[in-house]
Amino acid sequence: MHNQSNMNMEEDIKLFNPVLRTGKWFYIVSAILLSFVAFAIFAYLTQLRDGLGVTGLARPVYWGFYITNFVFFIGISHAGTLISAILRIAKAEWRRAITRSAEVITVLVLFFGVGNILIDMGRPDRILNVIKHGRFQSPLLWDVTSICAYLTASTMYLYLPLIPDIALLRDKVNSWKWLYSFLSLGWQGTKRQKRIIEILISIMAVVVIPIAVSVHTVVSFVFSMTIQPMWHSAIFGPYFVVGAIFSGIAALIVAMAIIRKVYNLDDYIKNIHFNYMGILLLIMTLLWFYFTFAEYLTVYYGAEPLHLEVFYSKISGRFSIFFWGMVITCFVIPFGILCNSKTRTISGTVVASCFVLIGMWLERFTIVVPTLSNPRLPLSEIIYHPTWVEVAITLGCFSMFIFLYMLFTKFFPIISIWEIKEGREISVREVQARVESYLPDKGDSL
Amino acid sequence: MAKWGMVIDLDKCTGCQACVLACQVENNVAPADKGQSFMGRSIHWLEILTFIEGKFPYVKARFMPRPCMHCDSPPCTKVCPVGATYKSSEGIVGQVYARCIGCRYCTTACPYTVRYFNWYAQKWPDGMEKMQNPDVSIRPKGVVEKCSFCHHRLVKAREKARAENRDLLPDDYIPACVQSCPAEAMFFGDLKDENSIVSKLAREPRAFRLMEDLGTHPKVIYLREGE
Repeated sequence: MHNQSNMNMEEDIKLFNPVLRTGKWFYIVSAILLSFVAFAIFAYLTQLRDGLGVTGLARPVYWGFYITNFVFFIGISHAGTLISAILRIAKAEWRRAITRSAEVITVLVLFFGVGNILIDMGRPDRILNVIKHGRFQSPLLWDVTSICAYLTASTMYLYLPLIPDIALLRDKVNSWKWLYSFLSLGWQGTKRQKRIIEILISIMAVVVIPIAVSVHTVVSFVFSMTIQPMWHSAIFGPYFVVGAIFSGIAALIVAMAIIRKVYNLDDYIKNIHFNYMGILLLIMTLLWFYFTFAEYLTVYYGAEPLHLEVFYSKISGRFSIFFWGMVITCFVIPFGILCNSKTRTISGTVVASCFVLIGMWLERFTIVVPTLSNPRLPLSEIIYHPTWVEVAITLGCFSMFIFLYMLFTKFFPIISIWEIKEGREISVREVQARVESYLPDKGDSL
Repeated sequence: MAKWGMVIDLDKCTGCQACVLACQVENNVAPADKGQSFMGRSIHWLEILTFIEGKFPYVKARFMPRPCMHCDSPPCTKVCPVGATYKSSEGIVGQVYARCIGCRYCTTACPYTVRYFNWYAQKWPDGMEKMQNPDVSIRPKGVVEKCSFCHHRLVKAREKARAENRDLLPDDYIPACVQSCPAEAMFFGDLKDENSIVSKLAREPRAFRLMEDLGTHPKVIYLREGE
């Protein structure tokens, strides 16, 4: 048993390196990120002391940056679990090197989605009222339920495939022994244990998909259940889910590229991964465009004055920079890069993904703010400008997320070691057998 | 059970803002300073909307006092996650300041935008806090507040009627805005009682409700301006 795991170590020693060795850059980047976080904490304490008046919000623009961040982060969370689960169920063999990095994004980013809702609350001290006096008639309660379920399921879905790797660390690494032996739950890699974990992983992969879809659907319901112009739309559920997967894939591509570069994992995360993820991103770009086009054409053609007011504020009015910025960064640029296999390289997909991330944040913003800026009443015009507090907290959320992600790679292998090994030892044969089974049967009668 | 409603005759309204002031004083609404006011953060449970129609020289200004509509199907109470806003058995849409978590979902769901948020803790000009109405609770920062049809006056009137061992009379309960209107353009009463003044006026051909087509069934009824 032990000899065998020794061999694993030699073979995939590279994957342990981030856990075993920490260079000075880790500390430098951490210090920079944490200084942003410290500033964000200061900003939040200011808000807590003085009230939400320190933001740029006012009547009628009651929601701004925080709610935009909330929708954006929850969207990013679709990177992991959903993509990894779908690839697992589809038996896509190329998934092995990237599933974990995706699943970590999901679990970590969910905290910032929820966190932004808490930051947006006037009375965060009364959060338990949501449990004590919760009303299921409110779409916000649907959110609470769905996100809690998603957090639980995706944490389990991250943890289960992590157990065999934690056991490897327990046996081989000298630091944090108590943590690894606690988390490994006595994993010895016996046949029975392997069978149990495989069953559990396949169950979770199936369970997590409907939960993930429900999460972003009910996030959209917060808007579409009201009767406000350009929110009250039946397309919002699927539109938000598509946008979520879209931004999730983009976030994953960026994460993959950074992991590959920083930890020298070129031979694990390869061109082919970026190519395949790029194709997925291309499909989502087209789907996103299709949904956006359908939504906006319906509003334009129906020409209800109230809806048109919001529509034109986006197309040619005050929000046109955000709207056209969104169209360019979510569709024009990524489509241009990804539709050509010559530019669908590592750097090409990363550039496209960075633009998609910016564009999807803008998309969330152009959904939340223009509608609130054009209410039926009152008639006076209020222009929303975020203040330093909102900007600082937003930057702090991004910094803290990146820091926690880095920290994860220092404690656990960011590429699933046992799954890579399984791919090498079992899947090649399995895939060959599978392909053979697709071929027409040789008739005996001849 | 009564169903309280208000009628506002736009033909009589002069836009003098007496109702707005009466409301602020009655309900302990602190005045916002100039900067906050420009940002759109002043709180007016009742506000006079101004509509400028036509072009010079055929220009006309119309005024419309706008309290909470106290909808019979309120879009705001539906979305509250904690039941901090509700419609009472007598049709008044109320707010529980002690339960509100300040998520501002109700403020965005209200098509009339009549709900206000306490962006900061209330600040009173010197001496004014001594003139606060003891019947109305002061709102802490971070919660939503709105027109209550001066609900505290109903509570008081009912207690008084009980003490005097009699039924509540139509004139016992009247909100501050209605009471203060110098043009007598505002009326208040029980919409369930077919003979009440508000029911009679609501049957007039001039009567309409704001954004009736949304299906919110407002209990504030306007009487159209005659020409």
